[in-house]
Amino acid sequence: MHIVVCIKQVPDSAQIRVHPVTNTIMRQGVPAIVNPYDLFALEEALRLKDAYGGRVTVLTMGPPMAETALRKAISYGADDAVLVTDRAFAGSDTLATSCALASAITQIHKDMPVDLVFTGKQTIDGDTAQVGPGIAKRLNMQLLTYVSKVRSVDLEKHEIMVERRSEGGVQLLKTSTPSLITVLEGTNEMRFATMANMFRASRYPVKVWNREQAGIEDIASVGLKGSPTVVSKVFAPTPRAVKAEIIQCESNDPKDLSVTLLAKVFAKNPKLENEIAKRAA
Amino acid sequence: MSEAPEAKKPAGKKRIELDDRLKAYKGVWVFIEHERGKIHPVSLELLGEGRKLADSLGVELAGVVMGVPNDTTRSFCFEAFFHGADLCYLMEDPLLTDYRNEPFTKGLTDLVNKYQPEILLLGATTLGRDLAGSVATTLKTGLTADCTELNVDLDARSLLATRPTFGGSLLCTIQTLNYRPQMATVRPRVMPMPERDARRDGRIIEDKLGMVESSIITKVLEFIPDAMQDKPQLPFADIIVSGGRGMKKPENFKLIWDLAQVLGAEVGATRPVVQAGWVDLERQVGQSGKTVRPKLYIAAGISGAIQHRVGMDAADVIIAINNDPNAPIFDFAHYGIVGNAMTILPALTEAFKAHLATARKAG
Amino acid sequence: MAEKFDVIVVGAGPSGNSAALRLAEAGLSVLQIERGESPGSKNVQGAILYSDALEKLIPDFRDDAPLERHVIEQRMWVLDDDSFVGSHYRSDSFNKPPYNRYTMIRSQFDKWFSERVQKAGALLICETTVTNLLLDGERVIGVMTDRQGGEIYADAVILADGVNSLLAKKAGFHPELQPKDVALAVKEIHFMPQEVIEQRFNVTGEEGVVIEMVGKITKGMMGTGFLYTNRESITIGVGCMLSDFKKQKITPYQLLEQMKAHPSIQPMLAGGEMKEYTAHLIPEGGFNAVPDLYGDGWMIVGDAGMFVNAVHREGSNLAMTTGMHAADTLIELKSEGKAFTAENLKRYKARLDESFVMKDLKKYKNMPDVFHTNPQFFNDYPDLISQAARTMLTVDGVDKKTKEREIRKSFRHRRSLFGLMGDAFKLWRAFE
Repeated sequence: MHIVVCIKQVPDSAQIRVHPVTNTIMRQGVPAIVNPYDLFALEEALRLKDAYGGRVTVLTMGPPMAETALRKAISYGADDAVLVTDRAFAGSDTLATSCALASAITQIHKDMPVDLVFTGKQTIDGDTAQVGPGIAKRLNMQLLTYVSKVRSVDLEKHEIMVERRSEGGVQLLKTSTPSLITVLEGTNEMRFATMANMFRASRYPVKVWNREQAGIEDIASVGLKGSPTVVSKVFAPTPRAVKAEIIQCESNDPKDLSVTLLAKVFAKNPKLENEIAKRAA
Repeated sequence: MSEAPEAKKPAGKKRIELDDRLKAYKGVWVFIEHERGKIHPVSLELLGEGRKLADSLGVELAGVVMGVPNDTTRSFCFEAFFHGADLCYLMEDPLLTDYRNEPFTKGLTDLVNKYQPEILLLGATTLGRDLAGSVATTLKTGLTADCTELNVDLDARSLLATRPTFGGSLLCTIQTLNYRPQMATVRPRVMPMPERDARRDGRIIEDKLGMVESSIITKVLEFIPDAMQDKPQLPFADIIVSGGRGMKKPENFKLIWDLAQVLGAEVGATRPVVQAGWVDLERQVGQSGKTVRPKLYIAAGISGAIQHRVGMDAADVIIAINNDPNAPIFDFAHYGIVGNAMTILPALTEAFKAHLATARKAG
Repeated sequence: MAEKFDVIVVGAGPSGNSAALRLAEAGLSVLQIERGESPGSKNVQGAILYSDALEKLIPDFRDDAPLERHVIEQRMWVLDDDSFVGSHYRSDSFNKPPYNRYTMIRSQFDKWFSERVQKAGALLICETTVTNLLLDGERVIGVMTDRQGGEIYADAVILADGVNSLLAKKAGFHPELQPKDVALAVKEIHFMPQEVIEQRFNVTGEEGVVIEMVGKITKGMMGTGFLYTNRESITIGVGCMLSDFKKQKITPYQLLEQMKAHPSIQPMLAGGEMKEYTAHLIPEGGFNAVPDLYGDGWMIVGDAGMFVNAVHREGSNLAMTTGMHAADTLIELKSEGKAFTAENLKRYKARLDESFVMKDLKKYKNMPDVFHTNPQFFNDYPDLISQAARTMLTVDGVDKKTKEREIRKSFRHRRSLFGLMGDAFKLWRAFE
């Protein structure tokens, strides 16, 4: 069984701040991490490898430093890693990105047939959840999103059975491989890398492919040209005009503070008072 | 957007002539999502928003309903009319009983290719995102996800989709200039629910799916409903008491629950707290959790980082309790107490209790 | 098949990086194990880079090392509750390249340093903690990590794992860290636009200022404060003996807040936005707290060996220098075909003794004790000095001779003549 896991290196958005004067995003000093959602996908793939044997290849499209994300994946147990990087990819939106990745997967498939493609639910810097579906469409694979569990895989029959999260419950779906699965967070717990894999990750020669090696012939299908969406403006949200009114009292006693708070809130918001009385009754 | 967004300006402010091919696309569509007999409220919220866009552009607003052939499915068309749609495209077929990517993608794509809307909106739900991604790729058109605001640029006749970027620290506006339809998804509760007018009427246009079961590869074997315990209904809660990392220990969350109980409120939490396993994923409020629009939001031990803020700053009244006077939450909350949540929460609970008791006696 | 290297360096801070770089450049097989996510992620420093130490390792560091500003002015402030007496030293000679001291951001610097180390051929593994030394009798033959299959062998292990070196403690190489031998320091980095820094501190381009502070800001505890200018931010911090914090029951954060509110300090921070807050322990025990530094198959470098000159606030240069000497010792022995026994590793200590490292530590070996047992230096004197300055500088019709008499009286009153003489003597002996 050969599973390709698509991952992305992202800035740790929890640590990104906006410069107070210039209003630009401060990306320097913000550590780059593997998109946390992707780790669930990777762990799920590794578990299938443990159960059924086979190989896991991790793939990413990004700048040269995205290599460290791939190494991280190797340290958890992935067998191979491919970095697709090229200036032509700059400015790619999700459509262009899925095109590039689909192309790379096709190349990988030539060396070793791919049975499954796993991705995370979404990225913490893009949050669109579009690349997975985009890749599936381009590769003409069945798409299964929000998968919370892989029940079974039958490579002979080319079948896979999964649980998919839906509103109000879980769908049990069966489909054929190859297929693309986006894995829901919380599905599993990432393993702790072994020392041997840490060494392997440190020494592993990551395959680096440019546009041609990734099989992308039409340059207009990637980068800015291949992106139907265009960012026309980036701006900071308008700060709220008035900051919070801080409740203060002589005594600084929580009781007094609370009573004062309620008095102020209800004075200004009488409807709220009714609302609460109604509910608590 | 996945790469660093370079502000690529559309060519000046002059009138951009749409190419003839694209000019043929007219109309605003909203995909009406429903599962197990109920319309998802986000579709109605989108109709409200869609109505505004359609009016600006001087075109019609349509709903798209796909489902099993029966009265319930048809009734969804009427709901769409009651919420502002002028017409509804209806595709009924037994193959559309449960949501599956393949038939729904083909059906919606066929409708789009036949009737050519310029804008197509879907809710950013598990179904919506699954469907939108596939449809956009099939049509090779632009899709902007999780928009917080939708407007039109009349000069370019273009949809301006605004969404958060870089963890929510900034916003960006995205356009799809040279492709149609312009697609966008919007999360539940971000747009206000429009008024329901049962007198409104519209016309239904029916179409066929044109597939056979044997050609559809994915099969639904079973649907396992979630256990009917108190499933939190955060997006529609009117009062929410929420806790963050400042609560220090999972045991302290009991204070949040206590206050919520007195207020008849729902309990919410920030992402770190949910990831640490203190509360269920359903209670996560924020960019990667739920968006809420309560009348009252009490935030205890929450710093107010942007990822959380975007999920709740539309609340009518926000009260923040935090030990750190410099916490960003005080920048946008309405009221604040600087202090230890562990001592303030119980006092606040008592104060509310006392207040309600006197109100009850008086009332 | 377990992995084996010539040398394992535990820690990827300045001391570990220095040792690993030297060893790798000399062709030895080196494995560096860092417990943080990346080199420097667990490190905290003011931070000042002393060119001298780094030049010996990477002579061309100025080409691409991430440096903030080169220091052209040093200010020394003695503060009381609402004023300070300061002395400034600014020299044009400091402004002539090659510059002697730079302010820097530690995390960026460590990252850069580590890239050099890896380029030289050392293998780096992060997010892995060395939990134990592997022993064969008394001889160290490798390390054990917290990962499955984590035994790795080496001919020598260099402990560069910082002030809290649990490894050294576990192996019994040095005793439990005493609160009186460490300081707890906290610092914040505040964003500040370049123009504001230039105006406020009277610098241009990449010039920088360092302010060292002592006095009432440490509330009678033994410690110092500091303020450094970076390119687009300033670093402000304070550190006091851990033993004093325990006695006083004030938290380091509270201390820093009070210091920031000092009327002479607050205006320096105006317009800034806090970007980062960190805390760390700093070895302060000096010479008397330095543990055994080597044995059969092992050596200690950097903070783990308590190599900090508290009086002059030097630590990172001692770290780099000790790392370098440790590496050079091993390289020398290897080239002579000699084993890494305790007997042979004596050369490491000899090198240190010859260098400024031990010489400076020895010079100030009594300082910690002196200041520890004489709180008047942090309480009474700052008050007195401030008062004296205020008295002299206030023009109020009182003649100068009277003023001087008043000042003398105040000093004697506070400290008594005997005390004053004793203080002078103690200071003299401490600095000798």
